[in-house]
Amino acid sequence: MRKFKEFIVEKLILICGLASIFFVVLIFIFLLKEGLAVFNIVSPFKFLFGKSWYPISEPPQLGILPLILGSLLVTVGAAIISIPIGVGCAVYIAEIAPPRTKETLKAGIELLAAIPSVVLGFIGMVTLVPLVKTIFHLPTGLTALSGSIMLAFMAMPTIVSIAEDALYSVPKTYKEGALALGATHWQTIWRVMLPAASSGILAAVMLGIGRVIGETMAVMMITGNAAVMPNSILIPVRTLTATIAAEMGEAVVGSEHYFALFAIGIVLFIISFAINVTADLFLHKRQ
Amino acid sequence: MIKKCLLILAALTFTTSAFAAKDEFAIQVKGSDTMVNLGQAWAEVFMERNKNDFAAVTGGGSGTGFSSLISGTCDIAMSSRSIKDKEIALAQKKGINPNEIKVALDGLAVVVNTKNSIDKLTIDQLAGIFTGRIKNWNELGGKDEKIVILSREVNSGTHVYFKEHVLRKMDPDSREEFAPGALMLSSSQAIADEVAANPAAIGYYGMGYISSKQKPVAVAKDGASGFVTPSIENVLNGRYPISRPLFLYTNGEPAGLVKKFVDFTLSKEGQDIVLATDFVPVKK
Repeated sequence: MRKFKEFIVEKLILICGLASIFFVVLIFIFLLKEGLAVFNIVSPFKFLFGKSWYPISEPPQLGILPLILGSLLVTVGAAIISIPIGVGCAVYIAEIAPPRTKETLKAGIELLAAIPSVVLGFIGMVTLVPLVKTIFHLPTGLTALSGSIMLAFMAMPTIVSIAEDALYSVPKTYKEGALALGATHWQTIWRVMLPAASSGILAAVMLGIGRVIGETMAVMMITGNAAVMPNSILIPVRTLTATIAAEMGEAVVGSEHYFALFAIGIVLFIISFAINVTADLFLHKRQ
Repeated sequence: MIKKCLLILAALTFTTSAFAAKDEFAIQVKGSDTMVNLGQAWAEVFMERNKNDFAAVTGGGSGTGFSSLISGTCDIAMSSRSIKDKEIALAQKKGINPNEIKVALDGLAVVVNTKNSIDKLTIDQLAGIFTGRIKNWNELGGKDEKIVILSREVNSGTHVYFKEHVLRKMDPDSREEFAPGALMLSSSQAIADEVAANPAAIGYYGMGYISSKQKPVAVAKDGASGFVTPSIENVLNGRYPISRPLFLYTNGEPAGLVKKFVDFTLSKEGQDIVLATDFVPVKK
């Protein structure tokens, strides 16, 4: 009887394990099936490098280059803001802060992670957008920069908590050794701790960026959603995710617009896949 | 244990499917954001008069309404544009026959910030602004300020109507598009808020959204005809150039509760609600 129970439980867990892979495969197949149909209407080259996105015109113009660049611009901006602050914060929490400050900071960061993105978007819309408009004397504050700043807030908790874990798991002997050899606290952090934890920190950064590129609601609310080729971070942009979210409701099932939105989904999938693979490659190289 | 779990699971699926089954006393109304306030006002009074009936009204845009009607997730689609041939073809493939009922008229107001000195524009000038040919307010005699164009998202009937009637001036061969730099906002309220806050902004929406925080612009068909402000009177007598009909779409001839609701919207009481929500009644 016990053996039987063991057997059942083992199989159940196996099914759970397989299920996750099964669902991913199903999702990918569905995405491909719906998305690839768009290439009957427009060539892949024209789709990826076309400069106009007018999906409901007759005939539709389905070029997503402005959307890809919009997504990249917002993501790069968010990375530039969040990585230094995030890693710096992690170093402070893991190495420097006294215990009480450490606890307060950690709780605060967890709280930041708990704010729903739509709330952050709303706060950004009423506070950050007018601020950006007046500081830079822009015609409108709904810009890529506003999106980047708001998304940096969203990436920060991920980066801080994972990078802090990475620093924490560096063997204590490294630190003790460095200090014993006469290195200052700062030299220990910069020359020993950070390089030793670099793979974990890189993973933290990648996960943070992954969160930024997939974020939808906040960017839709504060980037202005204009499908224009961006030439500066101070103009409105339209991201891949916001395009899918804003237009899926309208797209009639089976129309070229509908297929094009799924094809955008494939592009997003490939981008986040590439980010993960790069992170993975880097991790293994380090080890 | 496992058997018990399965039983519970089966019971759950059974009850949920029972809830999802079509209820005779409830209808789903979905579509145009322009008409959401109107639809909700109708539904409230309708449910007050008929205690056992239930009507749920949601927005999302005219296109959203049509795609729900086609996929069978709503009973009545509200729309601020006529259905496209492509959509009819898709509907018929799924065995749905869209049936059009005109229930109200709407004037499309073009609004600017109250600080803007511009108060009248011709259709040509509007087309120039929204396609991006006119970039600065000083080209129209205003301040030296870059024009910020606000538009609704592409799922909005208002967006489609404005493109066809103002940008393309009803010419089916025209290839005019909104300027790529136009900000796409997801609701009429978002446009109203941005226009109220931004002195360089220009936007458009149904007359019902006009408030004292924005300034509606008087519009002229061309240089020769006079400038007309968007008002119920001017839409009714046909002088205001950007006005449009508002529709309800049902699957085939309305019957049962759907018919009861449609009849209510066209009744004296229903049309009074149209007037009360700042639209123009089709029946007097």
